[in-house]
Amino acid sequence: MIEIDEHLCKGCDICIEFCPLKVFEKSEKLNRKGYYVPLVACEDECVGCRLCELLCPEFAIIVTNE
Amino acid sequence: MEEYRHRLMDYVREEIMPHRFCTGCGCGTVLNAFVNAVEGVGLSPAKMVCVSGIGCSSWIPSPYFRSDTLHTTHGRPIAFATGVKIMRPDLTVIVIAGDGDVAGIGGNHLIHAARRNIDLSVFMVNNMIYGMTGGQVAPTTPYGVKTSTTPHNNVEPAFKVAELVMTAGASYVARWTTYHVFPLMESMQNAIRKRGFSFIEIVSQCPDNYGRRIGLRTAVEFLHQFKEKAVRIDKTAGMSEAELADRIIIGKLCDRERPEFTAELHALTRRIVAALKQEQPA
Amino acid sequence: MAFDDNRLSYLNRLAGKRYFMLGDEACAYGAIYAGCDFIAGYPITPASEIAELLARELPRAGGICIQMEDELASIAAIIGASWTGARTMTATSGPGFSLMQENLGYAVMTETPCVVVDVQRSGPSTGQATKPAQGDMMQARWGTHGDHNIIALSPNSGQECLDLMLECFNLADEYRTPVILLMDGEIGHIRESVLMPDPEQITHKTRKAARPGEDVFGGDDLVPGMVHYGAGRNIHVTGSTHKANGMRDVTTPEVHDALIRRIYAKIDQNREKIVRVEADTDPRGPARIGVISYGASSRPARGAVLAARSEGIAVDFLRLITIWPFARTQVAEFAKDLDIILVPEMNLGQMSREIERFVDCRVQPVSKIGGIPHTIGQIHRAIREAV
Repeated sequence: MIEIDEHLCKGCDICIEFCPLKVFEKSEKLNRKGYYVPLVACEDECVGCRLCELLCPEFAIIVTNE
Repeated sequence: MEEYRHRLMDYVREEIMPHRFCTGCGCGTVLNAFVNAVEGVGLSPAKMVCVSGIGCSSWIPSPYFRSDTLHTTHGRPIAFATGVKIMRPDLTVIVIAGDGDVAGIGGNHLIHAARRNIDLSVFMVNNMIYGMTGGQVAPTTPYGVKTSTTPHNNVEPAFKVAELVMTAGASYVARWTTYHVFPLMESMQNAIRKRGFSFIEIVSQCPDNYGRRIGLRTAVEFLHQFKEKAVRIDKTAGMSEAELADRIIIGKLCDRERPEFTAELHALTRRIVAALKQEQPA
Repeated sequence: MAFDDNRLSYLNRLAGKRYFMLGDEACAYGAIYAGCDFIAGYPITPASEIAELLARELPRAGGICIQMEDELASIAAIIGASWTGARTMTATSGPGFSLMQENLGYAVMTETPCVVVDVQRSGPSTGQATKPAQGDMMQARWGTHGDHNIIALSPNSGQECLDLMLECFNLADEYRTPVILLMDGEIGHIRESVLMPDPEQITHKTRKAARPGEDVFGGDDLVPGMVHYGAGRNIHVTGSTHKANGMRDVTTPEVHDALIRRIYAKIDQNREKIVRVEADTDPRGPARIGVISYGASSRPARGAVLAARSEGIAVDFLRLITIWPFARTQVAEFAKDLDIILVPEMNLGQMSREIERFVDCRVQPVSKIGGIPHTIGQIHRAIREAV
C-alpha cells in the first residue's frame, strides 16, 4: 500500500518520474501550501520496491508491503 | 483516514517538519537515505553525535536529525567532530555538510582528518554551488559554469573531492548521487560501520540556485542527468581522461584497514599511564 | 570534581616540590592541576612550550594532547570535546589567537566552557615574532564579532601562571564561558621557582548539570545547567541564535535580545565576584599619583613605585589580575583621591583608555613597544615627571 502525506509533499514529481512501474500520476489536487500532490493511480502495479519512498526528499511517501 | 506517520519519523525532529529545503532539493533525499542507513545498522541515535557546518546540507542533521547535534561554524565541523570523537570514542560521530564547508573553507580539516584516519563518517553533499548564499562559485563547480561570482565564466577546474580524500589516507571512500539512493544508503551503512575515516561524496541537486544556471529547472531533470552521467568505477578502467571529464564516477573508491587515530591515541595514553605506575614513586 | 586515580597519583608525585621552570611550563602544570582532560594546539612562539610540556606530561596524568592542523581546528576541537564533559584548553599567541576569534565567539554563543591561553607577542602580523608584548588586551575583549562578554586573567609570575590556570578552568565551568589566560611572552618565558601544590588543597568547580527536562540554553538562571553528549537528551548545540531549548530561531527579535542580554549579563552581573586586583596603597598616607599595571609590566612598575616611595614620593599601586570583565569599581575606588594615574603597559595604551572611562583624574600611558619590557628606571622617571 502506498500512502502520501499531502501535508509534507512539495510536488517535486520525482516519484512520478522515477517509479519503474509508473504507479504515480500528476493530479490537479493542490495541498495547503499550493503544491500539486501526486496521485497513486495504479497501486496494483506496485511491487513494493520502495524507490519512491527513499527518493522522496520530504518523507511524504510510505510504502507498506502487505 | 488513519493519521499518516512515516515509519522513520522517530529519527527526525518531527515537530519541525516539513523541513525547509526547497522543492526537489537533494538534501531531503540525503536525510531520507541517512535515516534509513541509521535504522539499517541498528544504531541508536542516543549513541550518535551529528556535526554540521553552515549551508543548506548542514541542516540535514541540524536541526532535522534527532540525536545530539553540534551545528558549528562554516568549514569547521570536522575539526569540532575530532574533539568530540577523541573524548567519546564510544559514540558514533557523523559529519554531514556541503562541498563549500568540507572541500572549500574547511578543506584543510578534511585532508588532515583523512590522514589521521579518525573514526568519523563524513557525508559531503556536493551540489556544486554555494546554494544558501545565493549561487556563488564553489570549488566543486564545473569549469565553464556561470555563477553569481563567475558571471562571465568559471575558469577554474572542479575539485575531485573523493579522490583527494582517498589519497589523503581515509579507510573508506565512495561517491554516489541522489539518484542512486539504494547504493547510497548501503554505502552510508558501510561508512558508519567502518572503523576509520569514511567519506561519501554525494552528488546532489540544487534546482533553485544551481540548476537555473545550467538549464536544469527541476529535480527530475537533475536526476535524469545524474543517471546519464554516472559511470561505475569498475567500468572506468579503459576510459580516457577526456571521456571521463563530464562523467560522475560512482561507487566505492577504497575500503581498507588502516590504524585508527582515536584507538591509537588512547592505547598510547594507557601505555604511558601504565609505565608511570611501574616507576618507583619519585 | 575530584581527581581520578591516574591524575591523583601523578600529582602526588609533584606535591610540595619546587621546580625552576618557564611561565609557559607553570601554565601547563596549572592545567594538569585544573583537571584538564584535553588540549589541542598548534605551534607558535612564545606559547609552544605549553603544548610541548602537556604533550609530555598530560598523558602521564591520563589526559590527551594533540596537535591540530591549525588554530581554527584547535579551538574547534576543544569546544567539541567540552560538550562530552571534558575540561579542555588550547594555547597560542597573537596571530593564532586572531585565527581563533570566530570559534571563540561560537564558544561564547553556545556557552561552552573552555580555556584559551594567549601568550602575547609583538604584532600586528608576524611583527617581532618571538618578542613579548601586551597588544592583545582589546583583541581578548572584542576580537570576536557581536556583543559579548569575556573573562580574561593576566598572571605576572611563574607561580601565578599555575595558580590562574586553576582559576580559569573554574570560571569557565562556573559561568559556562570561554576564559582567556592573557599571558605575555615575558611571563611565558620567564624562568622562576614554582611550588607544586598539594592536590588535596585544590578545589574544582563543577559544571551545573541541567535537571531532566530542563532547558540547556536558558531558563531562570543566568547560567543554565549543561547536559553532555551521550546522555540521550538529543541536545542541539548551535552558534545561531537559539531558544532556551537550543533550537534555532534567527528571526524573532525577542529571542536574540533575550539570549544575548543573558549571556552578557551572566558575566556583567557577577563582575564583583569574578574580578581580582592586587592593591598596594602607600602606607604613609594619601598619594596623588597612582600606577596601574598588569602582567609583565607590573613587575618593573612595582619596582618603580617602591623606588619612588623610597625617595619620599607617595604613590599608590594597583595590579589588575582580572583584565576582563574590567575592574571598574576597584579602579574607580583606587582613583578617588588621585591626580594622575600612570599605566605602564607593553602597547600604545590599550588598558589606559579603558581605565580613563571610569576615573575622573588624568590617565597617562607609559607605553613600551619594541619587544623589550619596561625598566624600573623608565617607569620611575615617569613617576618623577608626574610629581
